[in-house]
Amino acid sequence: MRTIAIECLRYHPEADAAPHWQHYDVPFTDDMTVLQGLQYIKDELDGSLTFRWSCRMAICGSCGTMVNGVPRLGCETFLRDYYPGPLRVEPLTHFPIVRDLAIDQSDFLAKLESAKPWLMPKVDPGAEPHRQTPEQLADYYQYSQCINCLLCYAACPQYGLNEKFTGPAVLALLHRYNADSRDGGKQERMQLVNAEDGVWGCTLVGYCSEVCPKGVDPARAVNQNKIESTKDYFLRFLAPRSGR
Amino acid sequence: MQSAKADVVVVGAGGAGLRAALAVAAQDTRLTVALVSKVLPMRSHTVAAEGGAAGVTRDDDSLEAHFNDTVSGGDWLCDQDVVDYFVERCNAELMQLEHWGCPWSRKSDGTINTRFFGGMSIQRTWFAADRSGFHILHTLFQTSLKYPQIRRYDEHFCADLIVEDGRVRGVLTIDIASGEFVLIECAAVVLATGGAGRVYRQNTNAGTVTGDGMGLAFRHGAPLRDMEFMQWHPTCLPGTGILITEACRGEGAILVNKDGYRYLQDYGLGPVDPWPRVKAMELGPRDRLSQAFWHELHKGRTIATPQGPAVHLDLRHLGAKKIHERLPLITEAAKTFAGIDTVKQPIPVCPAVHYTMGGIYTNVRCETPLAGLYAAGECASVGIHGANRLGSNSLVEIVVFGRAAGDAAAEFARSARPVRNVEAAAASAARFGAMLSNEQGERVAKLRDGMRDAMEEGVGIYRDASGMKAACSKLAELRERYRRGVKLDDRGRAFNTEWLTAIELGFMLEVAEAMAHSALSRRESRGAHQRLDGYERRDDANFLKHTLAHHGGDGAPRIEHQPVTITKSAPRQRHYGGAGKQAVMT
Repeated sequence: MRTIAIECLRYHPEADAAPHWQHYDVPFTDDMTVLQGLQYIKDELDGSLTFRWSCRMAICGSCGTMVNGVPRLGCETFLRDYYPGPLRVEPLTHFPIVRDLAIDQSDFLAKLESAKPWLMPKVDPGAEPHRQTPEQLADYYQYSQCINCLLCYAACPQYGLNEKFTGPAVLALLHRYNADSRDGGKQERMQLVNAEDGVWGCTLVGYCSEVCPKGVDPARAVNQNKIESTKDYFLRFLAPRSGR
Repeated sequence: MQSAKADVVVVGAGGAGLRAALAVAAQDTRLTVALVSKVLPMRSHTVAAEGGAAGVTRDDDSLEAHFNDTVSGGDWLCDQDVVDYFVERCNAELMQLEHWGCPWSRKSDGTINTRFFGGMSIQRTWFAADRSGFHILHTLFQTSLKYPQIRRYDEHFCADLIVEDGRVRGVLTIDIASGEFVLIECAAVVLATGGAGRVYRQNTNAGTVTGDGMGLAFRHGAPLRDMEFMQWHPTCLPGTGILITEACRGEGAILVNKDGYRYLQDYGLGPVDPWPRVKAMELGPRDRLSQAFWHELHKGRTIATPQGPAVHLDLRHLGAKKIHERLPLITEAAKTFAGIDTVKQPIPVCPAVHYTMGGIYTNVRCETPLAGLYAAGECASVGIHGANRLGSNSLVEIVVFGRAAGDAAAEFARSARPVRNVEAAAASAARFGAMLSNEQGERVAKLRDGMRDAMEEGVGIYRDASGMKAACSKLAELRERYRRGVKLDDRGRAFNTEWLTAIELGFMLEVAEAMAHSALSRRESRGAHQRLDGYERRDDANFLKHTLAHHGGDGAPRIEHQPVTITKSAPRQRHYGGAGKQAVMT
C-alpha cells in the first residue's frame, strides 16, 4: 500500500485567529477517493478534521472542496492521480469558512430561493399530467441536473469579486424553469435575470461549466438569458402592459 | 439553550419529510412547520434513488395487480388494508409531482413513460432517466420554497424527542454550525429520517442513513416493527456498495456468473426463454436475486475482483442509445467508480445492504403509539413492504405516506397547543453535552466497525441461530462499551461532526440490536429473512405475524408478535419464473 501526503486547511472559529495547514500521511489503494482519504484521517488519525459528505456517488453535492486549487467533488476524485502529494485540500473558495473544509452556504440558499425555482403552470392541467414531448423535455433537462454542489461558485471570478452576483447555478436553475414548456412564470423571474447582479454580471469566463461535475453548462444558460434579457428590454418598449 | 415554536416539527427533509411539510402547509396556512434536517434538504438520501416510482397508470394495469404484486412480493407479511390505501393513491401523488415540475421521462406523444421493474407484472414504474430520486427530491425542495410558513432548520441534528405524559412536546436539536442546543416546542412531530442501512458495512446508503428517527422513537417507547427484514440490493459495486439501478434489468440487462451462465435459472426464476418475461429471471424480486448470488458464491461460480466477489451485469445488448438515454447516471458511476464502459463491458456487481423494510410501527394514518408522533417513509413500518419490498414502491411510499403523515399531524396540531417543557430538554442537553468532556473511552470508529462486522457476520442474507446469538451478544457488549464512554478528539462545539457521529452510533447500536433480536425470534424463512438451521421454510401457522421490538433500557429489547392484516389475499406460495407473460420492452 502506498502513502500519500495530504495537507488540509484547518480553521476552528473558537480557537483559531486564521486558517492554517495541517499535514497527514494517508495509506491508500488505487480505488480510494479524496473523500475516503479524509474519512481515513477522521477515523484513524484525527477525529477533529471537519468536512461534509453523504452519498459517496456524486449526486448529493455535499463534498465539494478545492483539490490542489481546483473545485472538485471529493467522492469522485482519486488519490492515485495526486501521488505522492502533497495533495492540498481547502474549503471551496469565495465562501466564508464555518470550520475546516465546511463553508457557509447561506448566501447560495438565499439566491436559490430568490430565483423562484418552482413551476408556475402556464395552464391548469386539471386531473391529468401535463403533456410534454421528449423534445420539450430536452429544452431544459440539462439545466435540471444541478446538484447544488457550489463548485461553479468557487470557479466564478465574478462571484469572487462581487458576492451579490446571482451566480452560475442559480441562473441555470432559473433558466431550467423558464425553458420548461409547462411553466408560465418567466416574466416574474426576468426581474432577477435583468438586474445588475443577474446575467449581466457574468463576464463569460466559462470556468463554471468546466468544473461542473454534472455537465449542466451554466455558462450556456447565462448566455441564453442574456439574449432573453435583451429581448425583454426591447419588448418592454414595444409592448407595454397595463399597470406597469 | 435557544428555543423556538412550531405547530408541527418534521424531522428529516428527504422526500417523505418535504412531502409532509407541504401537506401541512396546504391544509391550513396558519399552521407553522419547522423542517429539521441534519443536512441541507437536497443532500438527503432520496437523492440517490435511481430507478423510479410505481403507480397504476396504463390502461392495461389495475390496482388489483399492483396490490397482488406487492403482497406476494412481501411474502404475505404486508398489511393488506394498508396496501389497498397505498396503491389507490400512488398515481395521484406521482401526478402531483408532475404538476410541481418533476421532469418525468416521456413517450413521444408527451404522456408519461413507464418501465418494467422486478416483481411487477407490468410496466408501472414512472422514471426520470435513472435519476428519479434526485428529481423527486429537488422538485419537492424547490416547491417547498414557495411556502413561508415552512421554516427550515438546515443542518440541525435532532438529538432527542421531548415527551411528557405519553405525548410528544418538542424536539431537542443541535445547531451544527454553532453546536448550540435549540429546543423546538410543538404540538406534533413527523419523523421522516430514513433507514438504518449504515449499521452494516457494505451498503448503498449515504453516510447519513443511521436510523436516527428509529432510535429516537424506540427510546421513547414506540416499538420497532419487522426489523429483521433488511433488503440487500442484488446489483451494487463491490467494495463501495454503490447502487447500480434495478432499472438496468427493467430495460433488459442480464446477470451472468464467471462462466457466462445466466445462473438465476437455477433458483426458481427460470427458464431463460422466451426472454424477457415479467416476474422471471432478472425481473424477479430482490430477495431472491440476492439469495441466488449467495449460492453462486458458495458454489465458487462468482468472479474474483480486488474489491470482492461479483457477478456480471451485462447491458451491452441494449445499445449505446438506450443506455445513454435511460441509464446515464449508472453509466457515469460505472465509469468513475469501476472504470467500466457499460456500452462495451459488463459491470461487476454484488449484493449490498439497501433498504430497511422494518421501522417505527405506525397505522395507516402514520400515527405511532405515542400521541402526537407520526412517522413516514423508510423510518416507518406502515405495513406495505412485508418481508421484501418491491423496487419502485418506496419512492412512491415517501409521497403517499409523507402526505398522509403531514395531513394527520396537521389535524392533530390544530386541536393541540405546544406547551413549554424546558426542564426535560435541559436534562437531555446536559447528557449529550457531557459526551464532549469524556476523558476515557474508545474511538467512535472502533465501536462502529465492531457493530458492522457483527451485523454482516450474524444477520446477513442467510442466518442461523448461533450467528444471530453471537451478533446479539456482541451488540450488547458494544452498547456496554459505548455507555462506558466514547472519547472524542474534538472537544469544541462548532461543527463538531465527531460528536454527532457518536450520537448517531448510540442510535445505531440500539436499532441494530432490535434487528438481531427480531431476527433470532423469527423461526422460519420468509422474504429477506432466510435461515439455514432447520427453519428453511415459511411457517404461516406460527409466523404469519409482525415482529415488534420494544426498547429494553440498557438491556436487550423485548420481542412480541402481532397479527398481520389479511383482507382478500390468502397466503400461498410466491411464484416467479415459469411460463409468465412476455415483457415487451419499449
